[in-house]
Amino acid sequence: MTLTSDDIAVIGWAQTEMVRRTELTEAQMLVRVITDALEPLGLTRADVDFTCLGSCDYIAGQAFSFVYNLDAIGAWPPKRDSHVEMDGAWALYEAWLRLHEGDIEIAVVTGSGRSSTADPALIYPMEMDPYVLAPLGADPLTFAALQARAVIGAGIADERSMAEVAIRARGTGTVDVMLAEDYVREPLRRHDIPPITDGAVAMVLATGDRARRLVDRPAYITGFDHRTDCHNPALRPLDDSPSTRTAAREAGLGDAPVEFAELQAAFTHEELLLRHVLELGDEVAVNSSGGALRSNPIMATGLARVGYAADHIFGGGTRALAHSTSGPCLQQNLVCILGGRS
Amino acid sequence: MKPCAVVGVGQTHHRSRRRDVSMGGLVREAVFRALDDAELTMADIDAIVLGKAPDLFEGVMKPELYLSDALGAVGKPMFRVHTAGSVGGTTGIVAASHVQSGKHRTVLAVAFEKQSEGNAQFALGSGKGASLGAGGSFAPFLRAYIHRSGAPEHIGWKVAVKDRQNALKNPYAHLKIDDISLESVRNSPMMWDPIRYLESCPSSDGACAVVIADEDGANAAAAAGRTPAWILGTSSRSEPLSFAGRDPVRPQACLQCAEDVYTQAGITDPRRQIDMAELYVPFSWLEPIWLEAHHLADEGEGWRLVDDDTTQLTGALPINASGGVLSTNPIGASGLLRFAEAANQVRGRAGEHQVDGAGVALAMAYGAQNQYFSMWVVANSLHPFG
Repeated sequence: MTLTSDDIAVIGWAQTEMVRRTELTEAQMLVRVITDALEPLGLTRADVDFTCLGSCDYIAGQAFSFVYNLDAIGAWPPKRDSHVEMDGAWALYEAWLRLHEGDIEIAVVTGSGRSSTADPALIYPMEMDPYVLAPLGADPLTFAALQARAVIGAGIADERSMAEVAIRARGTGTVDVMLAEDYVREPLRRHDIPPITDGAVAMVLATGDRARRLVDRPAYITGFDHRTDCHNPALRPLDDSPSTRTAAREAGLGDAPVEFAELQAAFTHEELLLRHVLELGDEVAVNSSGGALRSNPIMATGLARVGYAADHIFGGGTRALAHSTSGPCLQQNLVCILGGRS
Repeated sequence: MKPCAVVGVGQTHHRSRRRDVSMGGLVREAVFRALDDAELTMADIDAIVLGKAPDLFEGVMKPELYLSDALGAVGKPMFRVHTAGSVGGTTGIVAASHVQSGKHRTVLAVAFEKQSEGNAQFALGSGKGASLGAGGSFAPFLRAYIHRSGAPEHIGWKVAVKDRQNALKNPYAHLKIDDISLESVRNSPMMWDPIRYLESCPSSDGACAVVIADEDGANAAAAAGRTPAWILGTSSRSEPLSFAGRDPVRPQACLQCAEDVYTQAGITDPRRQIDMAELYVPFSWLEPIWLEAHHLADEGEGWRLVDDDTTQLTGALPINASGGVLSTNPIGASGLLRFAEAANQVRGRAGEHQVDGAGVALAMAYGAQNQYFSMWVVANSLHPFG
């Protein structure tokens, strides 16, 4: 069987309750969310040909943490399975490649993380260059603030427009009141910063004919690409995101307009920068889910963006963009474009 | 599925401590050797797949972010896999999938571990103490195998001697024990019964890189006189950690993975059709265990292939001609080293440890408590069986 390049589709997804702290283990979260994703499709774990999980040992605070998550996928009899130390959006990329090989039909991908178990300010410096940057001990807020200054300096954002992003994401607040608050890291205030969230996302993919039998309106993946920039934020333009631009071009963003976009923007200025780089106009609904500013389950945040974009297609939408990112100051970026067919 | 092949292989010299290089320097050493071998440059690479075992080994979270510059990944897709000890194999499989999907043409698979940056035993226990370590975890499986098969105790020693002697022929291998002998293995300290010190893998710093090309790239290499290692099949299987009825000595995931990869490759009689294999053997007794779980020997009979010298470099089915994990073990890279050594054998580029007439080779890596399996079969032609 040879598949056309756009004949793989998202056919369903589910997410756990997104909470500040859960008492569930990652495996327990995944047991529930995988069931929640499969059941409405009339599928069971036995129908799944391939699984790819995304999670991070450092978030879990344990080496080989993902091994325990095997209990959630129902790997008996044993399963074709893989794991990425990346957001679930990249697990989706691996599954998408795997389905293109044409010998299997159904894949489940997940992203999961419990950020509540540690202090991000202690964890994230360890993802920096261990020789040059990690010893600085700078936390993610510090690097984000550096980028926010660059974005403001370039005229892409200002503190008022950033506050407006926060209000739209969370559905609460008044700009003047918010701007009167103290900085956490200048120019970032509390409202510019993501919450700490525990949660998991599971998504079901199927190849064309199977997808069409299972759901009325599959969300076809029409373009998918990811790119990285260089690591050191001091060596790249922080008021730009070249890797996002390349990924969007390669995913075919320019081929037709999108009417819906979900961007993994944990900080308010990131949404404004990404909108600018992707040239998304006011006619595009951006982060109507509330985005990462409302809930930010690290390692699942990006996959949730794809889920909301799929929801848009399931609901009759034509073309939607989902974005995910990793690394300091948007180092690595992924763009997935979903489309519906009439 | 589109055909693809290994057209370049590189690895570092492996040592307990490569203090002469940073992590970036270590991976570049392997990457440049692979690119030189493929007669390509970084500009020819469309995507990079990086694999390594737990980030706690070096204390750097998601180090591929920092390594993106050293890997020549800037502006390109860079992908990171982690499937426990099988990760090196999975790295090769995911890189192959990039090409087999038709989405990429030339992909670089890189795996590394710089274990001297931290303490592997400490990291295996997540820094929380009470770690059994790998040997302590696997020893019960090995005891169970000996109990079931009735294998004599010298089988483990013999595997250890063979792999260390093979390593003497591999310029990149870590352990070089010139005077290795059955007596020295037998007299070495008991670590985790039945595993003696000289039946155990080392802890290494090292990296491995493999260039995988599409059919056009592979044909171009062949036309230039550099035999590509055609990837006839890839497979991975996982099973859960623990439940009643699970058999870690003869894991279902391993059996199914082998059966899957043989079917893809057109192999119906693995013992005869496979010319050599690189199997992940960090402790000596795993060689007979894996021979059986890959259908290379009947159940309970794997140790006889060790005993009658079948698995020696000059035997009918050489296993770990490179010296294997017993001689070189940068954990995250150990799987890709198996995959790369198998490729080099069918390319006729294995040097002094070349197996005569190796046309079809199997490579395997496993991880966690005998739970994660990854394999590929490579050959010197797309249709080695006619």
